[in-house]
Amino acid sequence: MGWKTWSLKRSPWVFHVNAGACNNCDIEIVDLLTPKFDVERFGIKLVGSPRHADALLVTGVGTKQAAIRLREIYRQTAKPCVVFCIGACACGTGIFQGGYHVAGPVDQIIKEVDPNAIIAYVPGCPPKPEAMISGVVKALSVL
Amino acid sequence: MTQGVQILFWIIVFPGFLFTVFLGLLVSWVVRKVSALVQYRVGPRLYQPFVDILKLMGKEILIPRDAHLALFVAAPVAGLSGVLLLSTMLWRISIAPSTEFVGDIIVAIYLMVLPSLALILGSSASASPHAAVGTSREMKLIMSYELPLVMAFIVVIIKTAGLVEPNHQLNLAAIAGHAPILSISGMTAFLVSLLCIQAKLGFVPFDLAEAETELGSGVLMEYSGALLAVWKVVQAMMLVTLPLLLVMVFLGGFGTKGWSVVWGIAKYLLIVVILILIKNTNPRVRIDQAMRFFWLYCGSALVIAIILATVGNYYGIRWL
Repeated sequence: MGWKTWSLKRSPWVFHVNAGACNNCDIEIVDLLTPKFDVERFGIKLVGSPRHADALLVTGVGTKQAAIRLREIYRQTAKPCVVFCIGACACGTGIFQGGYHVAGPVDQIIKEVDPNAIIAYVPGCPPKPEAMISGVVKALSVL
Repeated sequence: MTQGVQILFWIIVFPGFLFTVFLGLLVSWVVRKVSALVQYRVGPRLYQPFVDILKLMGKEILIPRDAHLALFVAAPVAGLSGVLLLSTMLWRISIAPSTEFVGDIIVAIYLMVLPSLALILGSSASASPHAAVGTSREMKLIMSYELPLVMAFIVVIIKTAGLVEPNHQLNLAAIAGHAPILSISGMTAFLVSLLCIQAKLGFVPFDLAEAETELGSGVLMEYSGALLAVWKVVQAMMLVTLPLLLVMVFLGGFGTKGWSVVWGIAKYLLIVVILILIKNTNPRVRIDQAMRFFWLYCGSALVIAIILATVGNYYGIRWL
């Protein structure tokens, strides 16, 4: 394991992208930063710009309008980065499957930009904060 | 030749770059840890700021398509050199006061502006609308706090001018021998300059140039990878240098012999803890509020302080 991966695992800064979510997963993501879970213990920090981010937390189905922005944000993220699909919608469009406004699950949208993107899935409607921490830890351990 | 090597050693290794960066990252851990404790959290690990810098060094550097490349890349380096010179100068004056000129209070004021100026240049070169808003705020913020800061230093100069022996120049080393805080005007100047330092560091009531929640880190928005790491290092070094300057100017200096080292560290930590507590108990202000605060309230308080100091000096009343 090189120093790049070693330090990346100990300091993953996350950027939150809402790609047409109902706000439920977003609330749970904000929960992560509260004193109860305190992810700063692991060096996880919410940043305001995709250029600072090491991980994108994507929520929502990826609507036709959001898909364009999602691709742009992925291009703007400094590589290496990991994409997390948070919630049932982001993982596989959930109850909106086949909807007229759906551009596809998030992983498909990301793979249009970069076929080798590292994508992790945290299912649930919404996933519990504990599940998200577990997902982040598992994704980082395979890096 | 040996003198050149000595000066290089000063700038790069001991009081300069490596030492100040190490100390700065350590103090930025203290800032994060104390903030966490205030919020009943555990907080980051001791090596977290170091790992952050290491990680940013290994990341891709993205340059926006419309950015002015040379200015965008040169700005962090300019900011770093400014704060590096300032910290080397201040440590040099504290550790080994000598007769040769290494720079003084005017140079310190001048060098303190350089990082903020470089930040303005770099962010306006990035061609990002969010960064542009941040830039304009940073500019107004500099205009707000520079005046009270200089006035606070003027109070100190008036207070200490009478205490210097005849035929001796008034300089930072001489000022550091006295503690102007033990007077009404000195105390006022200290409190105001503490708030100015807060604004200079971009800490919370005055973090409107970065404003993570509304501007998405504003001035730093387009920086990534190693360039962002340089900015983080600049901020960490400022966190060492600016409180050190306050200790030297107001609290009687940073001694280097025996117990005075411990006393100096205690003074430094006192300032840092006050900064952290202000940071954690205040909401962000708007730019017009910040300007009014610095010019109207801090400015008029300092005018009174200057009058008090002058009167006190004239009649020989030390506590005024």
